[in-house]
Amino acid sequence: MESLTNRAQSVDRSPMTFAEKIYIPALMKGLSITLSHIFKKKATINYPEETRPFSPVFRGLHVLNRDEEGREKCTACGLCALACPAEAITMEAAERLPGEEHLYREEKYAAKYEINMLRCIFCGYCEEACPKDAIYLSETVMPANYQRDYFVYKKQDMLLTDEQVKQKRLKLQQKG
Amino acid sequence: MSIDTFLILEKIILVVIIIAASMGVAAYSTWAERKVAAVMQDRIGPLRAGPFGLLQPLADGGKLFFKEEIVPDNSTKWLFMLAPAMFIFTSLMTSAIIPWGPDFVINGSEGARTVALQVADINIGILYVFGVVSIGVYGIMLGGWASNNKFSLLSAIRAASQAISYELALGLSLIALLMLTGTLSLRTIVEQQHGFWDGNYFTWNFFKQPLGFVIFLVCSFAELNRAPFDMPESESELNMGYHLEYSSMKLGMFLFAEYINMFISSAVLATLFFGGYNFPWMDQVQAAVPSGIFSLICVGVLMAKVVGFILFFMFVRWTLPRFRFDQLLNLGWTKLIPLALFNMLVTGAVILFFFNKK
Repeated sequence: MESLTNRAQSVDRSPMTFAEKIYIPALMKGLSITLSHIFKKKATINYPEETRPFSPVFRGLHVLNRDEEGREKCTACGLCALACPAEAITMEAAERLPGEEHLYREEKYAAKYEINMLRCIFCGYCEEACPKDAIYLSETVMPANYQRDYFVYKKQDMLLTDEQVKQKRLKLQQKG
Repeated sequence: MSIDTFLILEKIILVVIIIAASMGVAAYSTWAERKVAAVMQDRIGPLRAGPFGLLQPLADGGKLFFKEEIVPDNSTKWLFMLAPAMFIFTSLMTSAIIPWGPDFVINGSEGARTVALQVADINIGILYVFGVVSIGVYGIMLGGWASNNKFSLLSAIRAASQAISYELALGLSLIALLMLTGTLSLRTIVEQQHGFWDGNYFTWNFFKQPLGFVIFLVCSFAELNRAPFDMPESESELNMGYHLEYSSMKLGMFLFAEYINMFISSAVLATLFFGGYNFPWMDQVQAAVPSGIFSLICVGVLMAKVVGFILFFMFVRWTLPRFRFDQLLNLGWTKLIPLALFNMLVTGAVILFFFNKK
């Protein structure tokens, strides 16, 4: 039969030579290998103090974006929920009332916006589907918990905080 | 030498210091073992308990003390209790005859007084070591047998047969050495290895008996139940070997005694083959410093050699895989014993034809 991978190697079954029988050369070889490893760079990362950098395309927890004036960007169009292969996103739309212009950027907003993180597969399709850049996946790893309820993230759990908005504004100003 | 109050006091202090030092070295051997294992596997090792993880032995000890103490229902209770005590007792006993340093002189009101840094200078020193090491097997054997567990018993039998097999080669390799020294007293053996170079040849026995040293070293690995001969413990096949049924500090004592054994056998190796507390240019150093400080330097030198051997033991452990049991017995009976006999023959011939004074 023809070999599929060409990686098969025939095993040497000849009896051990004297040098192999006294183990000493093999032993020295082994010791030199371990000795060389002493001086190698250690692979350990001291986790809580040091973290391994994420890949630039890492997809972590969702963030609901706000613009530089702190207004929610989401218009509750439902494209993210439609794109979601795991059907993890639930939302209810509401109309912006007069006097709420500082809260919501568009006339329509998401009154309720929930992501069930136990269903979510962190594929990032919601981010791709969003026409308003209102949702994106951050570099935060989802924390663990004992209660299932905890994993249904509400709008307030995902919205940028005022502090984050302030920082975002500062960054924009610095850019020019 | 007459026995007086000061002698007894002096010996008691020495015994306490040696036991404390053995315990300390054993405790930090566990730390060193983890560190050595780690650096060889490109890891860092214990780091969290204290600086560089130096408090790790304390944390381990504390953990072991608070573990539940389990005595198997069908075990022979008092033997089960006796085994770890016996094991640790015998491992500490060997330290009595090792000369840790040269004598030093204390000038008191009643005149000068010579203090020996050795608990007992007995003229059958090496035989005593063999005797105590043989008793050590009883600890393992009792532990395995009293647990009333098949795996423990199997591993205890393995340990016993391994220890008995390798004790033969161990003894034979030493006979060649004893032919050279002409004495069994460890103190005299160390004094014969004074300095490093006596004008014609090295004084250390390693350079006179290299083959004997290699055989002795291999046999000590087997006697210590350390990898590559850690057959009795063999985690993968026999679960945990003879201390499978042990928990809490009784287990700790078994593990601890193994490290004490390692410390003591390193000291014996250094004493027999690497000149004990002797070091090059020691005469010049002796002339330059007071006797007490000189003794301390010598103790330091011996300890450095001991630490070197301990590190070598660990180095080998994390390099070599475990021997199969038939390979182990094969190596002992058909390779090491003939080799030791050959070494004996050559040594005898050399002494007869080249160094025959009569």
